[in-house]
Amino acid sequence: MSASSVTQAPARQSSAPAAPSVWSIAWRTLKKDLRLEWRSKDAINSMLFFALLVVVIFSFGFDPTAEESRRIAGGLLWVAILFATVVALNQTWTRELRNQVLDAYRLSPAPPQSLFIAKTVGNFIFVGILEVLMVPLFVVFYNLRSVGPWWQLLVVAVLATWALVVNGTFFAALSIRTRSREIMLPLILFPISIPALLAMVDATTSILTGDNSPVFWMRLLAVYDLVFTTISLLLFEPVLNAE
Amino acid sequence: MKTLFRLLLAVTVLLLGYGFCQAMYIAPREATMGDVQRIFYYHLPSAWVAFLLFFVNFLASAWYIVRRTDGADALALASAEVGVSFCTIVLITGPIWARPIWGIWWTWDARLTSTLVLWLIYVSYLMLRHYAAGGQVPVLAAALGIFGFLDVPIVYMAIRWFRTQHPQPVIGGGEGSGLDHRMWMAVLWNLLAFSLLAVLFVWTRYNQALEERALEEAHAQAALAEEELR
Repeated sequence: MSASSVTQAPARQSSAPAAPSVWSIAWRTLKKDLRLEWRSKDAINSMLFFALLVVVIFSFGFDPTAEESRRIAGGLLWVAILFATVVALNQTWTRELRNQVLDAYRLSPAPPQSLFIAKTVGNFIFVGILEVLMVPLFVVFYNLRSVGPWWQLLVVAVLATWALVVNGTFFAALSIRTRSREIMLPLILFPISIPALLAMVDATTSILTGDNSPVFWMRLLAVYDLVFTTISLLLFEPVLNAE
Repeated sequence: MKTLFRLLLAVTVLLLGYGFCQAMYIAPREATMGDVQRIFYYHLPSAWVAFLLFFVNFLASAWYIVRRTDGADALALASAEVGVSFCTIVLITGPIWARPIWGIWWTWDARLTSTLVLWLIYVSYLMLRHYAAGGQVPVLAAALGIFGFLDVPIVYMAIRWFRTQHPQPVIGGGEGSGLDHRMWMAVLWNLLAFSLLAVLFVWTRYNQALEERALEEAHAQAALAEEELR
């Protein structure tokens, strides 16, 4: 029996009398996911090592000077994070397939949105941890020093990470239903994410080099987040229950 | 229905022929670009048809999510497939024109890049349809169709931030952007012909998709009946 089904059972019992809100169910699912991850560290470890490999391989591919690396680091960093995110996203739902946990969830009266919110926030936290660990590595490996105000990078990081995980979590739920699901996720996630990727890379580069204002790109990321969060919440129910 | 289809087929073939004459012989030679410009009479209608079909795909996908009819899903599939084909024509005719005029096959300009991204999105849509299994394909595909279409304006905004190299729209543009009367005719006739051609393709593919489904259903029923006999 997997740990996920064990930890979910007491949570449901304690909240049975009064119908729990979307948020409390989401919170419980998130806690369960975080605990599972804390015990196994599957997603974080594989993501981190994968990203590390990408960074090292990139640095063999290019041999940049400090000025050049400032211009390309944004792109390298986000591409590395994108690839690593896919590794984590693939594990999000496969974990729920064991022991038919996902089917149990579909049968339960819990709103599907809370499951989606919990999974997205969980992935956001995992990718956030990855970024916190990766950025110092990038700074060391590529001799980075930001010319623009560095706090803007934080805003970009939050917006960009949400853009990656909100679509990624949704498409992972789509691709879990297909043959060769590990390959399917990037095939449908990357084309849709192109504008977000463009925005995050250019915002980061603008801040690092201090040449342009990143405001347009930050706004675009915010719009992207808003549009796709809304549509994911609306469409998650039919996708989860697709037969 | 069959008569209407044959009539449409005949009209489309005639119009395609007439549009070809218009584009190749009647429209005057472009002053600076020469005959290469004539590819425009196919480039523009293909682009128009592709964008229109992606919009149809979006409507059909949304309709499927709301109503769950087989017809909506068949229409979504047909419009995406035909749309991707026409979008491919756009992406092929573009570089053929660009090479002699710009001296390069491809440039990462706003319109070119957005069209390419659009093509990628709908190819991924077709991939999902291909790889997903069984009765859940329509829902998953419809969700992706809606995502893809909502992405289009964002793609366009993001990519327009780069410098634009594609020729500005000559139709209805500012001063000195007018087309010769005969060029106009060539554009319009081909637009009409290509739109009808697209309708014809989508119609055929739509019917085929529905028939495929009916056949699968019949096979399943037959298998069940056989099981019962035993």
